Parts: sequence; C-alpha cells; structure tokens
Amino acid sequence: MGFNELSIEEFGQKLRAGEVTSEAVTKAILDAIDADQTNAFITKPDRDAALERAREIDAKLAAGEDLGPLAGVPIALKDNLCTKGVRTTAASKILGDFEPPYDATAVRKLAEAGAIAVGKANLDEFAMGSSNENSAFGPVDNPVNTDYVPGGSSGGSAAAVAGHLCLAALGSDTGGSIRQPAALTGTVGLKPTYGRVSRYGLIAFGSSLDQIGPITKTVRDAAYVLEAIQGPCEFDMTSMEVEAGDYQAAVDAGVSGLKIGVPKEYFELGAGEDAIHPEVKAAVQNALSTLEAQGAELVDISLPHTEYAIATYYLIATAEASSNLSRFDGVRYGHRSDDAPDLESLYENSRSEGFGDEVKRRIMLGTYVLSAGFYDAYYKKAQQVRTLIKQDFENAFQEVDAIVTPTTPSPAFKKGEKTDDPLQMYLEDIYTISCNLAGIPGISVPCGTTGDGLPIGLQILAPAFREDTLFQVAGEWERSGK
Amino acid sequence: MAISKEEVLHIAKLSRLKLSESEVDALAHNLSDILQYVEKLNELDVSGVEPMTHAVPTQMRLREDVVEQRLTRDDLMKNAPASQDGMFKVPKVVSD
Amino acid sequence: MSIYDEWDLVVGCEVHCQLATNTKIFSSAPTAFGAEPNTQVNEVDLGLPGVLPVLNGKGVGFAVAAGLALDCEINQTSIFARKNYFYPDLPKGYQISQHETPICGEGHLDVTLEDGSTKRVGITRIHMEEDAGKSTHAGANSLVDLNRAGVPLIEIVSEPDMSHPDEVVAYLKELRAIVVYLGVCDGNMEEGSFRCDANVSVKRKGATELGTRCELKNINSFKFIKDAINYEMRRQIELIESGQKVIQQTRLFNPDRGVTFAMRDKEESHDYRYFPEPDLPPMVVSDARLAEIKESMPELPAAKRARYQSEFDLSAYDAGVLSDHRPIAEFFEGAVAECPDDPKQVANWVINELLKEASADDIASDEFKVKPAQFGELVKLISTDVISGKIAKKVLPKMLETGDGAEEIVEREGLKQVTDTGAIEQFVDEVIAANPGQVQEYRDGKESLFGFFMGQVMKASRGKANPGMVQQMLRSKLKG
Repeated sequence: MGFNELSIEEFGQKLRAGEVTSEAVTKAILDAIDADQTNAFITKPDRDAALERAREIDAKLAAGEDLGPLAGVPIALKDNLCTKGVRTTAASKILGDFEPPYDATAVRKLAEAGAIAVGKANLDEFAMGSSNENSAFGPVDNPVNTDYVPGGSSGGSAAAVAGHLCLAALGSDTGGSIRQPAALTGTVGLKPTYGRVSRYGLIAFGSSLDQIGPITKTVRDAAYVLEAIQGPCEFDMTSMEVEAGDYQAAVDAGVSGLKIGVPKEYFELGAGEDAIHPEVKAAVQNALSTLEAQGAELVDISLPHTEYAIATYYLIATAEASSNLSRFDGVRYGHRSDDAPDLESLYENSRSEGFGDEVKRRIMLGTYVLSAGFYDAYYKKAQQVRTLIKQDFENAFQEVDAIVTPTTPSPAFKKGEKTDDPLQMYLEDIYTISCNLAGIPGISVPCGTTGDGLPIGLQILAPAFREDTLFQVAGEWERSGK
Repeated sequence: MAISKEEVLHIAKLSRLKLSESEVDALAHNLSDILQYVEKLNELDVSGVEPMTHAVPTQMRLREDVVEQRLTRDDLMKNAPASQDGMFKVPKVVSD
Repeated sequence: MSIYDEWDLVVGCEVHCQLATNTKIFSSAPTAFGAEPNTQVNEVDLGLPGVLPVLNGKGVGFAVAAGLALDCEINQTSIFARKNYFYPDLPKGYQISQHETPICGEGHLDVTLEDGSTKRVGITRIHMEEDAGKSTHAGANSLVDLNRAGVPLIEIVSEPDMSHPDEVVAYLKELRAIVVYLGVCDGNMEEGSFRCDANVSVKRKGATELGTRCELKNINSFKFIKDAINYEMRRQIELIESGQKVIQQTRLFNPDRGVTFAMRDKEESHDYRYFPEPDLPPMVVSDARLAEIKESMPELPAAKRARYQSEFDLSAYDAGVLSDHRPIAEFFEGAVAECPDDPKQVANWVINELLKEASADDIASDEFKVKPAQFGELVKLISTDVISGKIAKKVLPKMLETGDGAEEIVEREGLKQVTDTGAIEQFVDEVIAANPGQVQEYRDGKESLFGFFMGQVMKASRGKANPGMVQQMLRSKLKG
C-alpha cells in the first residue's frame, strides 16, 4: 500500500511511530497527482512548495512540537476556496487567472493546523451541478469506474480522496455538493451545521445554504478536519460561536440507546419518475438493521414537506446566486471580453463569454424569481416553505436523536446521461437538499456497493450543532458494518 | 407556467447576459419546465408562515470602528483587466 | 399675484448623510476624503470573490441617534437587503441597504420658518446603506475609484409635506444642524457628506390627487435647492398648462444655467430585485444599547434655542446664533457655568467678541486656547467691575494667543480697575491743574467739555480708573 492510500489517522500513527514522514507522504501524493487521469484538479500543487512545507513540518515534529492530527497531512482544496497567490477559478472562465490576495478562513485554519495544501480540485462551475460535468476545465471521472460521474459539485475533491490523490479534501455543500459526490465515490462527506464553519473566502453560490466541509476516507478523519476548520470568524457574521462536542469520543461512543428516525419519504420518493433504486434501499435498510443490532432504537418518522424541497431550493439558491454572481462584471478582476466598445457590451459580452450554460440558466432563473411582480409568488413563497421544511426537522428531533436516509436515490450515473435535462439533474439532490434548507448538519458514509460495484451512500442528519451525534452514528456504522 | 422569449430577453437584459438565438430558445424551454415544476409549491397553504432567510437563528455581531488595512492597492488591483492611475478603467460611463 | 394662488407645490426629501465613522460600513478600511484613488479600500469594498460584510457598530449607534432626534420609531430588529443593479461604481452588483424593515420608522421634525411659525415635516423612515464609488471620465474611458464605496450612509426620507421652497430649505438646514450636532455627520455639502434629493410635483390649488413627481438628485447647496425647485415647479406648471403631461423621471440641476434636465437612465427598467441580505443576520438593538444611546443624546438646537430664551432671557436671534453650532453652544454653556449671574453678558461677549475672532470649527479644535471656563471668568471680571469692557477687549486677544486665564493676565499686567478714591482724586486733580483754560471754559457753561476731562483722567489712569467714580468726582471738582 502506497503512503498516499493512508487515512489521516493511519498516517498520524505511522508519523508518530517514526515509520513515515510528511515529506514521504507528500511526495507519494504529488506523484499520484502527476499521474492522475481523472481530471480531479484544476490547478495542481506547486511541487517544490509542498515538499518544502512538508519538510518544515517534519522538522517541527522532530523538534518535539505537538502539532495535532493534521500536521503534515496533504489536503486538496475545492477550487472555489480562495487561496492567497494561487489561482482560484470556481471552474469558471469568468474568473480568468484570478489570484486572491487572501486565504479563505478554512484554508488558513488548515494551514495553521499544519496541513499541506495540495492543489485546487475540480468542481461544477460555481458549485452548480451534481455531476462535475459543468466545469470549464472539463469533467471529472469517478475513480471507481471512469465511465461514471463522481457526483458534484465537489466532484474533484471526492475523486481526489477516492483516487488517493490526497489524504482528505475540502468541499462545499449548498444542496448536497459534499455528500452526494462522497456517496458516489465511496468516501465520507460532511456538511456541517450552517454557521459552524466560516464562509469567508468561499466563492458564494447560495449564501444562506453554503457550508464548507471535509471529504475524507474515514469518519474519524472527517472529525479531525472539522475540528480544525470550525469556529466563529470575525469576517463572517453568519459563523457562530457554539460549543462543539468531543468528536473523537463520539466516533467511538456507539449508538446504544440512541433513537434513530427513519423518514418514510426518503424511501419512497426517487429522482423524478424513478423511484428509489432497489439496491440503494436494501443497502440502507441493512445498515439500519445493523445500527439497531448495536443498540439504537429505530423510529418511523415523517418529514412531510420533503417533496417540496427541490422546488424550494432551486428558487432560493438561484435567487441568491443571481445576485452573488453580479460582481463578475469584467471591471475589477476576471475575464473581460475583447469586444467591449461600451459599458453594456463590456458587461454582457464578458459575462456571456465567461459563464457556462448551467450558470447562465441559474442566473436567469434567480433573476426571474426576484423580479418585479414575481417575488411574492416565487421567492417569498419558497422562504415560507423553507420554514415548513425546517419545522419538519424540528418536530422530528423532538422524538429522535438522528435521522438516517440514503444519500442519493440511485448510485452514480454515466457521464452525459443527464446533461440534456437540467430538471432531472436537479432531482438527483432530493435527499440531500432539505438538510441545507434547514441548516442542520449531515454526513454521507459508504454503505456498500451495488452489484455493478458502484458505491452507495448512507446519510445521517442531526439537529443543528450536533455534529457529535453524526459522528456517533457514522462511527458505529463504519465499525460494525464492515 | 410558460415563459416567453420576450421574457427571456428581458431577464437576460437585467442579468447582463447576451444570449444567442438558440440559447434563448433553450432557456425559454428549460425555464418553463423548471417553473412548471416549482408550481408544486402552490399545493401548500403558507398563509401566516414566516419567510425564512437565515436557517440558523443568530444576531448580528458588530465590529469596532477601528481601521485595519491588511492589503495594499497593488494586492487589490493586481487582477484588474485594465487600470490607469490607480483606478479601474472601463469604457465611458454614460454621462449623467 | 403669486403662482401659489393657483398651484400647490408638493415636495418630499431624501437626504443621504455620510456617517462620521473611521471605517466603512461593512469593512475596516478607512473613510478619509480626498485620498489617493483606491487606497481607502480593502477586499470587501472591492467586492472580491468570497468576501463578506461585517457591520460597523458605531454606524448603527449613529443611525439610532438620528432616529431618536427625529422622534422616529426605532425598529430594534431591522433587516439588511440587497438592491441589485449593475454600475461600475457598485462593486458587488448590488448595494447593501435596508428595504422592508429599516432601522427607523416614522418620526417628524418641527421646523421654524422665517416668519416665526412652525412647520411639522413627517419623517417616513431612516435606513442604513453603503455608498457607491466614483467614476471620472478620461477620454473614451471612465476611471473608477472605489474609495467612497462602502462609506456608511443613512438615508432620511421625509413625507411630501413641504409646499414652498423656503420650507424645504428650512427643513434641510434644521436637519443638517441636527446631524452635525449629534456628531453623526460632518454636514459638508460640497464633499457630499450631506446630499439632498427632492421629489417635486405640482397640483391645482386644493386638488386632492397628487401630481406626477420628478426626482431632483444630488443638489449640493441650499441655494441650488431653492433654485432647482423653483425652476422645476414652473417647468411642470408650464407642461400642464400647455396640455402636456409631466413624466416621472430623475432630473439633475445645472446651477450655471439654472435649469433641471432629465438624467439618462441607468437601468432601462428599474427593477432592483430587493431581497433580504443572507450574509447579515437581523440587526438587533438591545434595550440596554437603546437606553445607552438615549442617555448620550445631546440637547438639540431647537431645545437649546427655547431654553436660552426662557432661561437666559436672550432674544430669538441671539439664542439662534448660540445654539446653531454645537461647539459654540457648548462653549457658551461652559462660560455661563463660570459666570452664572450674568448669562446675558456672556451671550453678548460670545456673539460680539469671541465670534469675531473664531469660527465654530476653531472653537471645536483642540488647538483653540481659550477654555469656556476662562472665557466665563473674563466676563465675570467685567460684571463685577474688576475690569472695564474696554480693558476686557484687550485681555481677550492675549487669552487667545497664550491660553492664560483672564485673571492671570489682568493681575500680571496690572489691568485691574482703580476704585481707590484717593488714587482717582489724584488723577482728577492732576488733570484739572494741567488744563486751567478748559476748566474755565467749562465753568463758563461749555459743558460739552466734560467728555474731554473724562478722557484725560482715563488716559492718566491708563484706562484702569473706574469710570463711574471718575465721573462723579470730576463733576463735583469741576463745579469748583
């Protein structure tokens, strides 16, 4: 097994046992990235800088400094996270060769924890997509089976973790963009509670929905990364100071006595006309039985507004996006059209040349739903339904400690299969989207594979700021489900 | 609800997007599909339901009124497509 | 016959005040006026990808104080919203403002007009927002400077309650005095710290339905406001009288030609697509914070004016001069505290002497040497006959120059009045002895010479002799 195949936990053990160095694992990762055929990265790491940094960490460890679990760990960053002096594209032509003059808070915190940034991972343009086929830098292959998509929008991050091109990665999740690709690539993906992680330096898509989170190989690794990046930030007024549980202890705590809700809607509704894939349903039910056998109590619950989540989401997310993307106008940074004789052409040509089809579609939809005469019927209504969806969860969490569902209604689909029908693509997010609307945390953990060898994801949801409960359930399933 | 080509063009103007003929057709079609799908929400009675902007309730924290400049003009303007005399250069803004 | 016999003018104002904070409303970049382009900015003001707004607490306090001064309802929970439009001086493609729930709701301002009557102008709302940058033309191009982008503003919106340009000017002057008083805004109209838009319409005398209004934007002096409204009123009346219609539009005033003209539209259809700003949670002004702001509210000009008249028996005019500018009012009150028995004399000396030497800005400056208590001390010396007014006029410049106390200067330079009868008698005797001719003429009936003797005695005493005593003694001695 190459060093690049280690988990963070395994690497840490070997590092402290003197069996490996950060330089060695970083070199293994850099070699793997060089050989990558999945197009997981938009900007590959600067080899010398990464190795230099690894040696610095090794020197500190050799000097006896206690640097914590992320010291010397190569971590990939979704390319919608700003990195000082390193090109940041959001997978869009509109950003041109934009080099941020600052680091995103999460990126800075990872660096402070001793992690080594290894490249900017591919994504759907501005995190808009569920297959990573909407990237101006080309689609990403699913390393499990390269005919298939890795999911999206954090497709590059998930592919990089699954393909051992990093030990862990940061993604961002607006409607499932961490959990869905994690499910489709057989990795662990965590969307923290809205406000748990600072959004400063994350190129915004849907500001009231976006959260940064880890994609990792194991549940414990996700806990390590979350511990490093969480916490309130002076540059993000929506980040919050809330006590975090002991995640490491939670991973080992087991589920005895825990009440787990099983929402019937998540086992009935599928993507559009299709019902949930039978193998997905069976795998999740099997996991539920295992958790029950480990002492959890299963409770049938209902989240009655689930079927309205996608409509609600696409109104809110696109409205916010239409406004968030107005700053890309060719004036202060990013792509400027050569054909700009006057101000209006500067705007229209720069934006039309710079944005891809899906992004344009969402800007148009968002502009439409906010425009005069439609606000109440669309945007405001969606905000009201959002309240109902949140109340569904609040009611459920009166009864149960966590909710377990499939992450996606079906396993990975083939490249090109859904690109012609945006609505079908949107429906792919049906199980992940409510979590963002309600602001609660969710995690996807591997839950076996289909007969075709495609990974299946198990999603666990918990009340706001109860990531510890997610780790409890996820940790148990990871242990006993093997 | 169907959306007309004229509406697509109006929204494109508001969005500062220039669309080709085929893009206009495709968007009229796509957006109509999506808007038809979201009609689903009309099944729900939301009268009296508070609209939600922030998923997790919190209050504004306030910043002290103390100057802090972390970046120089060069840092901030290095990505500018066109500049002159320390300012961003654009085609002439219609005089007002 | 006046135009107002046949027509009603209807005006409402929107006033933008730049808040006097050190930093921007949503970033910690500085707000200095006149700096090198794009040096008063950081990544937030430029709207770089990934940045988020962080609200300036001082600005919130200022907005609440302005609201309290205008008797507004304070919304203790208010919401920021995005106003979306494209313009090169608007970096994010949206302005963060307040829409449905602004920080202040309805209030009013009572304005005293020139004829002494009072006009109540309704305040619709006050909301907080960020300023935009500035573009200047350079040949075929425009150059964008974002120093002003993100400077905190409050917009004070009035009801269309004003029916004469003089009312508008009086309202704006009073409003400006208030925000300057509060320290909320420096009130500088030329630098754009205090900017007025006026919504103007006309209707036939007594008609109930309002006419179509035009918005006159960014007028930067009180005179221009009056001229612009007068012009606009006549323009609209002419349109209506010639059977045309007033078109709702934004117009600018050209002060050189004295006319208003239609502005080219920025956005073909003004569809700002407001929605609540997801990056900023609701802004809550706690009960404690509100109480704290109330506690720190200064007495406002109108209240001071009234109090000076009743408490100190000053004329309306004098009370106005003393209360219009906060530094002058505070100086005056500080001086009265030192000389509480003669506030009228203090008022006279501030108005007639101090303000000849110093402006309100001088007085407010740290470098201004005379402290209010020292000035009060000077007036006290006059009113207790320690020095004469004439001597006091010589003392004041020395105080302004050195910062020394009045008593100290009087003592050091021996300027105290001579009230010793013996000493005065000596001066009088000397003068009578030295001018026998004039004495004779006086005694022969030329009484107009009395002034000559007074002058001679005062001169001999180098101005220090108590004039009353001199007069008395001279009269008795000259009788012979």
